[in-house]
Amino acid sequence: MTREHVKILAVVAALAAIAIIVPNTNSFVILLATRALAFAILVMSLDILLGFTGLPSLGQAAYLGVGAYMTAILATKYQFGLGFDFWLVVVFGILIGAALAAVFGLLAIRATGVYFLMITLALGQCVWGLAYRWNSLTNGDNGINLPGRPRFGIDLSNDVTFFYLVFGFFAVSLLLMYVLVRSPFGHTLKGIRERELRMRILGYNTWLHKYIAFVIAGGFGGLSGVLWAYTAGIVSPENVVLTTSVDALLMAVLGGAGTLVGGVIGAVIVFGLREYLSTLVPWWQYVLGAVYVLTIFYLPTGLMGIPERIRQRRASAGRRGESKDLASVPS
Amino acid sequence: MTGMMLRQRCPLLAGGLLAFAMSAGSTAGAEELRIGYLAPTTGIFAQVGKDMVDGFQMYLDEVKNDFGGAQVKFIVEDEQGKPDTAVTKARKLVLQDKVQMFAGGLLASTGYALAPVSTSEKTVYVNPVAAADDLTQRDLSKYPYHIRTGWTSSQPSHPFGEWACEQGYKKIVAIGADYAFGYEVVGGFQKAFEDCGGKVIQKIWPPLGTKDFGPYIPTIKQDADAIFSLMVGPMSLQFPKQLAASGNKKPVIGGGTSYDEFVLPSMGDEVIGHVSALQYSAAIDTPKNADFVKKYRAKYGKVPSYYSETNYTTAQMVHEVIKKNNGKWPGGEEFIKQLAAVKVDSPRGPVAIDAMRNPVQNIYIKKVEKKKMFGYDKDELWNTVIKTYPNVGQFWKYDQAAFLKQPVYSRDFPPCKFCE
Amino acid sequence: MRGRGVDTRFWLIQAFNGISYGALLFLVGSGLSLIFGVMRIVNLSHGSYFLLGGYVALTVIWTTGSWVLAVVVAALSIAMVGLVMERIFLRPLGFDPLRQVLLTVGFAFLFQQAALDIWTGNNFDINPPDALTRSIVIGGLYLPLYRVFMIATALVIGLVLWLVMEKTRMGAAVRATVDDAQMARGVGIDTSRISMFIFALGAFLAALGGVIGGAFLGVYPGLDFEILPIAFAVVIIGGMGSLGGAAIGALLVGLADNFGKALFPEISYFTLYAPMALILAVKPTGLFGRE
Repeated sequence: MTREHVKILAVVAALAAIAIIVPNTNSFVILLATRALAFAILVMSLDILLGFTGLPSLGQAAYLGVGAYMTAILATKYQFGLGFDFWLVVVFGILIGAALAAVFGLLAIRATGVYFLMITLALGQCVWGLAYRWNSLTNGDNGINLPGRPRFGIDLSNDVTFFYLVFGFFAVSLLLMYVLVRSPFGHTLKGIRERELRMRILGYNTWLHKYIAFVIAGGFGGLSGVLWAYTAGIVSPENVVLTTSVDALLMAVLGGAGTLVGGVIGAVIVFGLREYLSTLVPWWQYVLGAVYVLTIFYLPTGLMGIPERIRQRRASAGRRGESKDLASVPS
Repeated sequence: MTGMMLRQRCPLLAGGLLAFAMSAGSTAGAEELRIGYLAPTTGIFAQVGKDMVDGFQMYLDEVKNDFGGAQVKFIVEDEQGKPDTAVTKARKLVLQDKVQMFAGGLLASTGYALAPVSTSEKTVYVNPVAAADDLTQRDLSKYPYHIRTGWTSSQPSHPFGEWACEQGYKKIVAIGADYAFGYEVVGGFQKAFEDCGGKVIQKIWPPLGTKDFGPYIPTIKQDADAIFSLMVGPMSLQFPKQLAASGNKKPVIGGGTSYDEFVLPSMGDEVIGHVSALQYSAAIDTPKNADFVKKYRAKYGKVPSYYSETNYTTAQMVHEVIKKNNGKWPGGEEFIKQLAAVKVDSPRGPVAIDAMRNPVQNIYIKKVEKKKMFGYDKDELWNTVIKTYPNVGQFWKYDQAAFLKQPVYSRDFPPCKFCE
Repeated sequence: MRGRGVDTRFWLIQAFNGISYGALLFLVGSGLSLIFGVMRIVNLSHGSYFLLGGYVALTVIWTTGSWVLAVVVAALSIAMVGLVMERIFLRPLGFDPLRQVLLTVGFAFLFQQAALDIWTGNNFDINPPDALTRSIVIGGLYLPLYRVFMIATALVIGLVLWLVMEKTRMGAAVRATVDDAQMARGVGIDTSRISMFIFALGAFLAALGGVIGGAFLGVYPGLDFEILPIAFAVVIIGGMGSLGGAAIGALLVGLADNFGKALFPEISYFTLYAPMALILAVKPTGLFGRE
């Protein structure tokens, strides 16, 4: 078996383990796991941009926000999405996320590196500004309360059932993204991440590739938003605040950029800190800050990158004087 | 963080099992009353959250956690000022810690996020702070397990509007934070003021969190008799200063939170003479309040704000109900019924609950003065009570049915008929 | 809410207010712009420096009663913090914008929690000397002296910075490093010393802004993350690395924010960030950015 097959088996086994173990823990853990998985879809979409295309985005929360608000507005103002039409809402969520990314991408894709960070920050702030001030649509900082979870044959207000639903979406998203990054398109993205100039010389339309990746990420972000709205039951400008985008970025890096599943690991850790550790001790924010700092210093390739680093260290023990490029973002 | 009881949790499963066993276990010996509490203990509202918890905790310490025979276990969770964190923590309190009731929640958005949780989990939610009007008005039937021991945003504004007419003000400019709480406080004032002959000639809405009022102050109409301001948090500090610096000579009145004891210690002489309305002032000159203020200040180093008082009184009210039941938890629905029947004499005066589960209480018109009070030897800013309106409910003198038919106070309601 | 129509007094006061707010933003933004221009570092702790400056000033005022001393101590101590952060934490990262972002955010969270633990979460106000709290009256317009002071301070600081950058050798070395760090090193300029100096200067300016802003905006938890995107707006609109750009950016942001709120309150934040995004789309380095 190749290393790739081993990795796939490990992931499948881990997924199976989650699916079996989590529902048997207590309700709080189930709730946290559901939240982490819903958000992890966003983080994985960010990973496609960051880890595979080399585009560090500081504004992905905007796509979650737009999907979540759309879901909330449809549920409250139009009573839409609480039955079988839930599946339509899912489709709409993906579309609206992709549409927003299509618009924003036109503005952002020309930039790279730091400038890309800046412009995605600005765009994310635009969405936040609208969520916060457009009271007639978004209810401002009061947020929108959803009337409950959908019912279509199965009752999603049962936490365990809902967990399985979110888990299902997560698994499917992971699969789709995996197929994407292993496809020729995905390989082109990796080439762009490594050396964009070379790809352009080779004749690839790098702008178009980046743009499409951006739109796809936006679509998944929208999906994440739909699920998020039903998980939390409330949507507010807090969901699109700068810290949310930054958290997503950290989760991707902490787990390991370019690994897809790293996003989930990162999500679980950060959510665990914010929502579980905070029930235990008051100084959890110090731990969170420390995690940010220590990750950057000691784990630049993230947790999933540890086996690789061990391998490299063993290899370079036999080969002196060779410097390794550990960061996965181009300068 | 002093004064908070955060419990170290055992590993999830063990803790969950233990709590389950304890709640399933019956009545022999001291019964345990588990009260969950949600407040922002980190983040930008951390200080308010601390004041809320301290108020509740002070009462618990006074009775040594004994509510008529029941041992109170007070479990505080950090909702970080975010509505969905509040929901997550509330569900944790109900599902994992098996609390019989939960209390707290600071922002209106938190109140609106927690109320549905109380309904879906069929657990009592006692709300001491979040003042969103509709929770006990037009949305009442949605939340049968929610009961308020604090106030509605518009409750103090109604008598205040009448008071403003009595002062002879004819035209008033209102400037309030641009969000639901602001709309409700200003709206209540406008309705009552216009119903007794006054006119609100302008409404200005700076966004929540505005610190530079430069864009707004120059637009205030010059022919107003007075300015009504509704500010919260840091806005309350900056607005009076900038207003004074702009050369304003008109009388300034405002919503209670504009001058509440949470911000008053940091204010300067520019607010002397400003009048506001609220169900509490630390300067209420009764023995009960004097005692409360002195004890609180000695314990926590600051004069209590209404955040602290309302939680102290809430604890007292819960105690009364549990005492009546000899220390046993009467079940959610029965608890709500009994709490609604409680009447207490609290630091803010007499408090009872109306048929829609909101308090009926005194509303104090208070004026900022610099003086010595309660035997303290320094001149400080105090909200001296200049008039008391007793037995004020959430509907004031209005017919309840007619009031509920009109929409909730918003940016455009009451409409600005006299806006020039 | 519209004012009384096209009244000259209204426009004058609004312009004055916008300019004074811009003056404060110049203090915060110029430091950030320099840090970015010289070191290409995206410093998400910049808002924290601003807030910490205010808090340190408060402590100095509470213990000594001197506002002037508070300004000096606050600015210098936060400059030290910036220096330490640059040397120990940022230097080893090299040029990696992603990691810089995450590192500086991590520190921002740490600073925020530490500030809460040290100074509590109460809302504070910095009280400037009485002389500055009055208003001068010109042509019937009340101009708060403190706002005039803010404008004056920004002008003085701006002038000093410009003189240093244009007329001194150190300034020339900085400009060389901004334009082309490799060439600068090639000519013998110690770019790592320059980086350290610039980062400390940036922190100094931010903290100075925090003390001066403290009397105007207040000092309270959350201010750090509120001022951060606005500071970035200044840098981005004005151009990264350009001092003149920072001045223009600050002015534009101050005026846009002011007029936006006065005239279009519903979309006031959007009117700030949308132009920022558009400018970046057209010119990724900002209006006057050097690249």
